[in-house]
Amino acid sequence: MNPTVPSSKTSPQAQPVGQAVGARGIVKAFGVGDARTLALKGADFEAREGELHLIVGPSGCGKTTLLSVLAGTLASDQGEVHLFGTRLTGLSTSEVTRFRCRNIGFIFQQFNLIPTLSLVENVSVPLLLNGAGRREAEAKAAERLQQVGLGGRERQLPTQLSGGQQQRVAIARALVHEPRLVICDEPTSALDSVTGHQIMDLLSGAAQAPGRCVLIVTHDPRVYGYADRISEMEDGRVTGVHAGESLSSFIHSENRS
Amino acid sequence: MFLLALKMLLGDRAKYWMLVGGLAFSSLLMTQQYSVFQGLLSWTTSHMRNMRASIWIVEARVDQVNETKAMRDTDVNRVRSVEGVDFAVPLFQGVLKARAQDGSDKMIQMIGLHSGTLYGRPPRMIAGDITQLRLPNAVIIDTVAAEVNRLGAGMGRPLRIGDAFEINDREARVVGICETERHFFGYPYVFSSYDQALQYAPRQRKMLSMILAEPKPGLNEADVAQRIMKETGLRAFTVPQLEKSTLKWVWANTGIPISFLTTIILGFVVGVAVCGQTFYSFVLENLRNLGALKAMGASNMLLAGMLLLQSMTVGLIGFGIGIGMTALFGLTIAKSGQPPFLMDAAFVFEALAAVLLICALAALFGIRRVAKLEPAIVFRG
Ligand SMILES: Nc1ncnc2c1ncn2[C@@H]1O[C@H](COP(=O)(O)OP(=O)(O)OP(=O)(O)O)[C@@H](O)[C@H]1O
Ligand SMILES: [Mg+2]
Repeated sequence: MNPTVPSSKTSPQAQPVGQAVGARGIVKAFGVGDARTLALKGADFEAREGELHLIVGPSGCGKTTLLSVLAGTLASDQGEVHLFGTRLTGLSTSEVTRFRCRNIGFIFQQFNLIPTLSLVENVSVPLLLNGAGRREAEAKAAERLQQVGLGGRERQLPTQLSGGQQQRVAIARALVHEPRLVICDEPTSALDSVTGHQIMDLLSGAAQAPGRCVLIVTHDPRVYGYADRISEMEDGRVTGVHAGESLSSFIHSENRS
Repeated sequence: MFLLALKMLLGDRAKYWMLVGGLAFSSLLMTQQYSVFQGLLSWTTSHMRNMRASIWIVEARVDQVNETKAMRDTDVNRVRSVEGVDFAVPLFQGVLKARAQDGSDKMIQMIGLHSGTLYGRPPRMIAGDITQLRLPNAVIIDTVAAEVNRLGAGMGRPLRIGDAFEINDREARVVGICETERHFFGYPYVFSSYDQALQYAPRQRKMLSMILAEPKPGLNEADVAQRIMKETGLRAFTVPQLEKSTLKWVWANTGIPISFLTTIILGFVVGVAVCGQTFYSFVLENLRNLGALKAMGASNMLLAGMLLLQSMTVGLIGFGIGIGMTALFGLTIAKSGQPPFLMDAAFVFEALAAVLLICALAALFGIRRVAKLEPAIVFRG
């Protein structure tokens, strides 16, 4: 019933305290022969608990690929991933699936709400996947919808909502089971700037929860200001990490260019 | 999750109805064709239900009840002398022409019963007295023969007791009316005494069609039949044996089973094709959603279960509609007996199993696709 991973496979002593995500030497190639592309060429990455962490970089540099590897939805060819002290690399597919189910919330660029299910049903999915009963799951889901400003619309279908509202439903869905890691790929790129800021407000609120980490891949310099830390990527590697003062100057330079 | 799986399917009205419709059609085709086939088969053995006798003895080369090869009159005595036979009587069976009041000719199934015992008599008399068959020129006709478009032609009403018609220029006077099950050839039954039947039928060297026998009380019919065969060289069947042999003959010698079987298989194939195709495209259209579920932690097992549930549900609904339509067909159109219709419970379950198999196959394609699905696809635009 409990989907947490056996402790024999965790190695907390190897991981710094407070580290949420740790990745070393991640290599990932797609295709074979002439069509083979190295999307990740030995990427190192770290994110801490309690932070909203942006991953930025030019198109095609491997941001989505890295995020997929960190989330355990894509297996890397080389390298290791640790999430909250659990070594993801080396777990079986079903163990990784169970780990994701319990510990990770997802927000996608295209929202990916199930169009034939009502909002409350969409939001209750992670709870149901974790074994909750329907009544309990829908009660919690309704509460979450309330929190993202969609109270009273539980029975509507996603198609009745604007893009920003749909993304709020997706946020409710990503947070409903209180995951420790929230993974977002371009959550604001399909939205206008005002709506984008509302979404980022919600996400940075979510990052306040103790022990949680929110990881966001983005192209959008307007949202850099929400970051506690930014990892910069280029050509399959993480080339720089900005926090504190270096973060301010990075944001300044990016917003000017 | 399973409830949501059903909602996902129901939400896609077009595919849902396509699936239910395809499966209903397939179920209808299979069960309706099977029922008509069974009905037709039952027509081939209706003699055994329209004439009641324990042991049926025929010429050595005869395999089925609708075929007659004339036997020698002395064969009756040979059968009587077999140990265990209580009594044995001759039977005439032949298709003759009768002339109705208006002068039109109608084909009839003539049956001549031994006048002493009237053994082999029709089980359901609805008017008249069977023993009156012993009177000269007396016949008992079935309700079909009595109809205005049969021997009642020219009367303006169905034949009644006391009415007369002609068989081979001889008078046939109705002394009773019985109910029969329709025979494969579709000719109405006319019963007379054996001797009378020989008068009606065109004269031939040998006129005995069959012998009917009753075993002594307490003896096993099959044993006695076996003994008759051994001692006389004729063929003797109990009713179940003759039914089996007749059906076997139909399977071996007519195109009927093949053509029905083809249609039934076609129904299955159409079901697989329509359902498989539609369900697979349902899965493909939902691939992003399924990928998202997979990313969120739905296992392959769970997704497979959801897909199976979805396909089985449309299977059950489609089958329900299909079998309902078949039943409706049976209760309305086929009530007249044309086309024949005979539904048996065992086949209902077989057809249900076939439909669920179709659904499982359809789901299997989807399950394979989903099992190979990388959850990371949901991050791609
Ligand atoms: N499934 C795949 N098959 C083949 N090549 C892939 C696949 N996914 C990614 N790639 C390639 O890997 C490289 C990195 O892709 P990725 O999507 O990670 O970049 P990205 O930084 O997210 O880009 P964008 O900002 O455009 O989303 C690209 O060259 C891309 O073409
Ligand atoms: Mg990307």
